[in-house]
Amino acid sequence: MLITEPMMSAKSRLLSAALVFGLMAAAPALAQDAQTAAENPLPPMQSWSFAGPFGKYDTQQLQRGYQVYKTVCSNCHSMKDVAFRNLADPGGPEFSASQVKALAATYQITDGVDDSGNPAQRPGRPSDYFPSPFPNDAAARAANGGALPPDMSVLAKARSYERGGAWFVTEPFTQYQEEGPDYIHALLNGFEDKPPEGFKLPEGKYYNVYFPGHAISMPPPLSDGVVDYTDGSPKTVAQYSKDIAAFLQWAAEPKLDQRKQTGFNAVVFLIVFAGLLYYVKRKIWAGVKDASGTEGVGLAPATGPRPRV
Amino acid sequence: MSGPSTYVPQNPVLRWFESRLPIIGLVHSSFIVFPNPRNLNYFWTFGGILAFMLVSQIVTGVVLAMHYTPEATMAFDSVEHIMRDVNFGWLLRYVHSNGASMFFIAVYIHIARGMYYGSYKAPREILWILGVIIFLLMMATAFMGYVLPWGQMSFWGAKVITSLFSAIPVVGDSITIWLWGGYSVGNATLNRFFSLHYLLPFMILGVVVLHIWALHVPGSNNPVGVEVKSKKDTLPFHPYFTVKDGLGLVCFLIVYAYIVFFMPNYLGHADNYIPANPLQTPPHIVPEWYFLPYYAMLRAIPSKLGGVCALFGSILILAFLPWIDTSRVRSANFRPVYRVFLFVFFAVVVGLGYCGSQEPVGAIVTWSRVLTLYYFAFFPIIFVLGFFETPRKMPASITEAVLGRHAGSGAFAGAQAASGPSTEG
Repeated sequence: MLITEPMMSAKSRLLSAALVFGLMAAAPALAQDAQTAAENPLPPMQSWSFAGPFGKYDTQQLQRGYQVYKTVCSNCHSMKDVAFRNLADPGGPEFSASQVKALAATYQITDGVDDSGNPAQRPGRPSDYFPSPFPNDAAARAANGGALPPDMSVLAKARSYERGGAWFVTEPFTQYQEEGPDYIHALLNGFEDKPPEGFKLPEGKYYNVYFPGHAISMPPPLSDGVVDYTDGSPKTVAQYSKDIAAFLQWAAEPKLDQRKQTGFNAVVFLIVFAGLLYYVKRKIWAGVKDASGTEGVGLAPATGPRPRV
Repeated sequence: MSGPSTYVPQNPVLRWFESRLPIIGLVHSSFIVFPNPRNLNYFWTFGGILAFMLVSQIVTGVVLAMHYTPEATMAFDSVEHIMRDVNFGWLLRYVHSNGASMFFIAVYIHIARGMYYGSYKAPREILWILGVIIFLLMMATAFMGYVLPWGQMSFWGAKVITSLFSAIPVVGDSITIWLWGGYSVGNATLNRFFSLHYLLPFMILGVVVLHIWALHVPGSNNPVGVEVKSKKDTLPFHPYFTVKDGLGLVCFLIVYAYIVFFMPNYLGHADNYIPANPLQTPPHIVPEWYFLPYYAMLRAIPSKLGGVCALFGSILILAFLPWIDTSRVRSANFRPVYRVFLFVFFAVVVGLGYCGSQEPVGAIVTWSRVLTLYYFAFFPIIFVLGFFETPRKMPASITEAVLGRHAGSGAFAGAQAASGPSTEG
């Protein structure tokens, strides 16, 4: 009792101090937001099959996404950390082993040297990694007006944007982890033929609503009908962009299915374990909270803490 | 660890062993019969949680090191190799990288608990100073660990932090070059940071042993801050505190597992998934969240040397707390004025963290300065405060605090009400 009241008042004081500070810190941020929101809209949030605690990749979508990567993106973008064999991994596009083998064989891989000591070429194997479209970064820049097409292995995890507000407070509850695919999807749909009034677009650049600074070196890569889907999905930019974003998320986080499934088991186990421990703890401590319990503490050692200096 | 043990094993083989190396007795006296104040609340479980985190980080780290390549052109890809090709490598890496964050969450709660309950006061000054040393070693270890994936934030973070040493007059530039192992952050820097990142945790482990030793001489402080006066005030470590620490640890692990499995990149920065590029500065260099308050202080001060002094001073000053705090009352539960200043201090550290995460323009600069000022003003304030503050009436003993004034005369209901609030703070 003697401790309760001051605790409460100190707590409410702390809260009000935090609130006042929070408001003062937020005020300038809000003003900034309003000013720039019109020019820099946030990528709209999409609904993804892999979002949330029970999220899983959609195999069909990843297969379509792979088709988009192969047909369009791979002309300029490397994906060095992904191997052909990964396309057959569980929780991925799950192509069959023979499909992957056939696919790998369509690539020529430089490996070792031939009898005269020159670099040797051989057909690809499933264990090979996706070859890069350019021999090196300089060649890639030269072919793309000075801009380097980023490697796509972890691209979906390497892109984010300033969302403002208290996202870091809400995110643990919403589990929103799809900034990357949302951004990629928005970017692919964010090209505009004519920049807005007063925007100076540098030579050889394209205007994109979602790209930081708006002047992007990549021309609009997708157009309706450019990839020939065979599963009846619409051959539109809207569909392509979703599929490739999902595929890139898989490329960046191939163990997501396994992670979320293991995680569910782990968290449930820990909660049950904590519940059991709680009752064990209550049982063990039951006697000692009672006044008479002090007498019963026969377990206590004869030696107290040593005398202090 | 607080003197020779009286433990005699039942088993003759163990008795033979014990008379030659009394290590079982050491464990027995330190972690089985060790008398702990009976009123410890759940804030006291963070010591055990931190011990667990250290071991967990070392175990996952040693396995990660088996698959990692500390070479500038290969480091980034070797981390991706761990994420993709090593069995449960993704789990190891996410447990380790988020483990650093959880380690800091636990250590900040542990430090805050020490400050609230006056755990640094006599006779626990050495214990506290060892804690500050562990904290410094942790910061160095975490910083060097963050460099290892060799992403953009790794590289530029390393550049910013190592460049701080160039603020030292006369020898600053030489020291920086010596740290880098060259004229810029590069392969040599990565290599030595890997070596030190492997070494420092074992130094932490050594200081932790001293920390526990120094703890076991005077015994734990407790929420009322009154020293243990009789056997009645204590309970043996096992089973009372093993089960209580265990419960605290498992609850902590629920949060840890939730982050690792469902939002493993929440506490990180997306830019670190871009390979390090010395020619391209990221638009906004920020350290990991646990360094943000110090980063804000560094940037708050207009002079580079001043900022560096503030950065290091903000931590070193903690080591002097036992002498800065002049009050003889330990627990803030009985210090109404100190408690307000302390809660504001905690809020200021959180506020500095927010400032550190934002770009240093406009109001953020002003706020960083105001908050930095309070951070350092807190120490002279509490120095003076100790002479003037009238503490609240304290219970005569721990038993009285737990069971009420009339212990043993049916004061059970009142005892629970009185002991309940002491678990907050």
